[in-house]
This record gives sequence, C-alpha cells and structure tokens, in this order.
Amino acid sequence: MLRIKTASIIWCRPCLGNERKGLGVRDEGLGDEERRQMSLLHQTATQLLAQLESGNVSAVEVTQAYLDQIGRREREVKAFLRVDAEGALRQAADVDRRRGAKQPVGRLGGLPVAVKDLLCSKGELTTCASRMLETFRPPYDATVVARLRGADAVLIGRTNLDEFAMGGSTENSAFQQTHNPWDLERTPGGSSGGAAACVAADMAPLSIGTDTGGSIRQPAGLCGVTGMKPTYGRVSRFGLVAFASSLDQIGPLARTAEDAALLLEVIAGHDPRDSTSIPSPVPPYTQTVGQPLEGLRLGLVREHFGPGLDSEVESAVREAIRVYESLGAKVEEVSLPHAKYGIATYYVIAPCEASSNLARYDGVHYGYRTDEASMEAEIDSERQQLIAAGKHAAAEAVDNPLVRLYRRSRAEGFGAEVKRRIMLGTYALSAGYYDAYYLKALKVRRLIRQDFDEAFRRVDLIAGPVTASPAFKLGEKSNDPLAMYLVDLYTVSANLAGIGGIVFPCGFSSTGLPIGLQLQGPLLAEDRLLRAAHMFQQATDWHERRPGNRGQGSGARGQGTKTV
Amino acid sequence: MGLSREDVEKVALLGRLRLSPQEIDTMTAQLGAVVEYVQQLSELNTDDVEPMAHAVELTNIFRPDDLQPSLDRKAALANAPHQDGEYYLVPAVLGE
Repeated sequence: MLRIKTASIIWCRPCLGNERKGLGVRDEGLGDEERRQMSLLHQTATQLLAQLESGNVSAVEVTQAYLDQIGRREREVKAFLRVDAEGALRQAADVDRRRGAKQPVGRLGGLPVAVKDLLCSKGELTTCASRMLETFRPPYDATVVARLRGADAVLIGRTNLDEFAMGGSTENSAFQQTHNPWDLERTPGGSSGGAAACVAADMAPLSIGTDTGGSIRQPAGLCGVTGMKPTYGRVSRFGLVAFASSLDQIGPLARTAEDAALLLEVIAGHDPRDSTSIPSPVPPYTQTVGQPLEGLRLGLVREHFGPGLDSEVESAVREAIRVYESLGAKVEEVSLPHAKYGIATYYVIAPCEASSNLARYDGVHYGYRTDEASMEAEIDSERQQLIAAGKHAAAEAVDNPLVRLYRRSRAEGFGAEVKRRIMLGTYALSAGYYDAYYLKALKVRRLIRQDFDEAFRRVDLIAGPVTASPAFKLGEKSNDPLAMYLVDLYTVSANLAGIGGIVFPCGFSSTGLPIGLQLQGPLLAEDRLLRAAHMFQQATDWHERRPGNRGQGSGARGQGTKTV
Repeated sequence: MGLSREDVEKVALLGRLRLSPQEIDTMTAQLGAVVEYVQQLSELNTDDVEPMAHAVELTNIFRPDDLQPSLDRKAALANAPHQDGEYYLVPAVLGE
C-alpha cells in the first residue's frame, strides 16, 4: 500500500513571478531510456505538443511512455476499464507517418487522451460501468469522440466511473474500484474518478470527463488535477449516455489550465445533433489563456464558509484568495442565499431526469436481458403458490411476462445507486407528487440561478472550495446515500444554473491530500475561468506536485519549493 | 412524511424494477431519508417563480426538413439481446 509520509511532503509557498520550468521529476538511479520517458510523462500536454510538432519526439514514443506508466501504476490505481495499447500505438504511428510526410495533422496530433466510459465510441465497448451495458457496442461515435479522432488524439483507453455517472466516489462502478493515486485507501472522487486519477498518476496527459452535479470538479479537486465543467451546451452531448439531460456536460481534465484550454478548444462548439448545444463560436482559448486578467473582481460566497468546512480546506482556499489579491484581484463578499437548497433541488431534478432517461434499458433494444426460461418458471410458480393459497386476485396480478422481463432485466442489470435514483425520480414524478417535488424543485432552480446572476453583476468570478474536506476513505460513506449526496454541496449549483466552473489544486492537507479551489463564472465565461486558473498556476506550483511512484519518492520538485 | 413499504413496492412497479424484500426494506429507509431531506424546499415561497426546466433556455431550434441517412436495420438490431434480423423479440404479451 502506498502511503505518503507526512515528513516527506514538500511544502511550497506561492512563488510569485518565478519562471516556470518543465514539471520536476526525481530521476536518481534511472537509465537513459527511463529518464527520457519520465521527462515525457512530466511535461504538460502543451509542452508535449510543441515537441511533437517540432519533431523532437514521436507520437509513438509519447504513447509508449504513457502505456509504460500505465503498466507501472494501473495495477494499484485501476483508473481504466480498458486500455487500448495496440489501437493507441497504431493511431500514433499513423500521426507520425503523416507528420513525417508533411501531411495535415489534427490539433492534438499524437497526444494521448483518455475517455470516460460514458461516451459512445463506434464499434467499441461503451459500458457506463454498468452490467446493463457490459457488452454494448454503439453504432456511432459521440460528437466529442469524433472530434477527438478528427483532431488526431491518441485514444489510449476508457476510464472508470460510478455506474451511469451516479455517485461521487467511483465506488458505484459495477466492475472495479478506482483508488486515489495520493492515497490508495481513499476515493478518487466521482463520478469521473478514473478520468481524474489517470491524469494524477501520469497515465494520461489529457482526459475527458462529464459533470452532472460535480463529477469533473470534485474528482479533479480530490486528485489534485485541473478539471473544468463548461457552460451547459458549450460541448455537444450527442452520444453521451444520458443521466440527467438538463444538467449533463462534458469537459476536460488535465494538469494545467493551459492544457484544459487546448482540450476544450477541440471538443467545444455547436452541434446540429444536440439541439441544446449553444450556437455561438468557440473562442480561441489557447490564445487567450496566457493573458492575465486585469482588475479581476473575485467574489467570496458568504455561505461557502459555514460549519462543516474542514479547517485545512478553508485555510488553503483563503490562502489561494490571497494569491489572487497579490496578483491584483479585488475580493468582495457575495451571497448566494439559495445555495443551501442546492442539494435538495438537485436530488429531485437529477433523479427525475434519470428515471426517465434510464427507462430505455428494457432488456429488449440493447443491453442486458434476464434469462427468459427461469423467468417464465418463476411466474408460473408464483401464480401456482397464490392459487394454492386461495389468493386468486393476487395470482391474477402477477406480472405478465413482458413486465417481468423488464423488471428482472433492470433489477439484475443495474446496481444499487442507479436503482435508488430511478426509485427516487419515479416517486417524485408519480401522480400526486409531481407538483410538490419536481415542479417545486424547478422553481427553486430558478432562484438559484437568479442568485448567480445577481452575484455576477458585482464580480467577475466566484472563488471557493470544491469539497468540504479532502478525499474520504473508500467505504466511508457507501452505506449512507444521503451523506454521499451532501458531498456535492459546492458543485451542484453550477449544474442547476448552467454556468461553468474550473477546479485546480491550491494546497495539500497535513496528510498529503490535494485540496482544490473552485472558480465559477457566468454563462460562456470559459475563457475567463481558464485565464484566472492559469494566472494562479503561473504564480504557484501546487499543480506540479505528483503522487509518489513506487520507489520514486513522493513528490516532484518545483521551482521555489521548500522541503520541511 | 415518510415512505411506506407499499409506496416503495408501487414505485418499483412503476419504475419497472423488481426488488427483493430486503431491498424494499433498505430502499424504504433510504428513500425516506432523502425525501425527508428534500422537504426543506417547502420552506420557500415560490408562488411567483417560473419553473426552470433547462439551464440555458434556447427556444425554437429549427433545422431544414431534409432527409438524412440514419442507422440501417442491421446496426440498429446489432445490440439487441434477442432479434431475428427484422424485429426485436419479446415474450408473448397477449396471453397463450
């Protein structure tokens, strides 16, 4: 079991104005080949891309370095449901061949990208970490997957998640448990737990996640990587397996804001096949990300700093705010008075939409189907027992074979959390409860949105925590669904309001766990979020920290770090 | 306001789930706790608030009514657990 010793944690102060070098790496005792690989693994995607374009390194070499790192780390972290080594090397070789022949190469030409196993990939398994879709091979690509292919990304593997993205710990995957690379006994967060963990463990430089109530931002925070939930509709949802259609959004995970800008630029944009996608042009994020924001007005939400917020998280967040102040930002307190209703609103709306979306899994069109012979036998035996007991009305009411087929297929194909949400949503939408729950929640949703609109009249961005505490232990909350739902306190409001948010590391706990800072912005303020995150990352080096590789110490050295 | 076992059984049928007696017990307690938690929304007066069904409210999304290629039958049936090349197959619904 990998443990990070408190004594070996490297602390740093914000190192304002320092030149940034490549991400540090310990290379004592490594051979030349391994040292070269390590140096590839510790570069940002943007740096790698420059090297690929200049011919200093080949796509095959980069891909092989990541595959080798997967070989070293995946056994413990279990971030991937499937790694496609052969396919990745083939794509990489194709990019190298075209680049060598001076033929056109896409925007991500040769960079490995991991994709959450919730986006359809033509002819390839797309399981949503569910038994229901264990053998499902979609007949088409999600728009985001098609865009990645078009940009010549090397699709290296498919990452683990909570089943159908329902959860905040990746413990609800039907197939495996992903571990936090910083402490293997802890959760990577979720639902994009595999997407965040693979970046944190250097197994992919870029990764695609989805965020319905915090599923990119919370794992990014708990794994110490940069993750962004764009504005609702900024990225096409076509081919994304639906959980809650009015909340779901695809976004990038990476090591830096600069890298997130690169990936977002490729995946964002209007798509006629998603009528909720926003028909406005995609700004050149990579060109603006390096421009500092002059006179940034940063809002601190009064309600974010209430009871329940871990003191180490609070001090890291407050320290991050001071970094922004030192960079010229003006900080102002704002109020989101309805924020405290966020969880209640979310846990009505999301399950309602889920219960409707997941009705498609019926054991007929695609996906898991129960064994029909034993099902027929079960119905017969139930009927006969009831008749023998003289309960003729009850015998008549036993499910007909089609209804029983649906019910058994779904009972056997879905895990406990998915069933819980289908039940919750079905209940809230059922006759007599619709107005009290669903309609009520839609109204409170507007109040939550109005709070943000009001706040963004006074400030450019809102800064605060992403989770109330660092990564919790695996199993700690798995028997208490409500406790698990409350983890989403700081993230669900952005989904309800449709606004964007970005999370990146701003410190570490005394036990060596990453702490994330969340910035939230008005609709379509992705460029502002990325620039603000980049400003912070220019001034600090929290994002350069690495969880220890086995036998390699426990952290990277960055500029201006101080070893305690 | 809690949920009864009967409520849970009824909802399980509506949601086309089949729950074991033990699952019904667990679900009754767990859903009850969540439903009780969300009751807090009733504290708010929302009489004059328009419901917000979508995060970014786009309306009237039109496209030309042109024919586009769609999935062919083979691809559409390819993932079906039981099919005969033309139809999805299900157990008899209308009795013997």
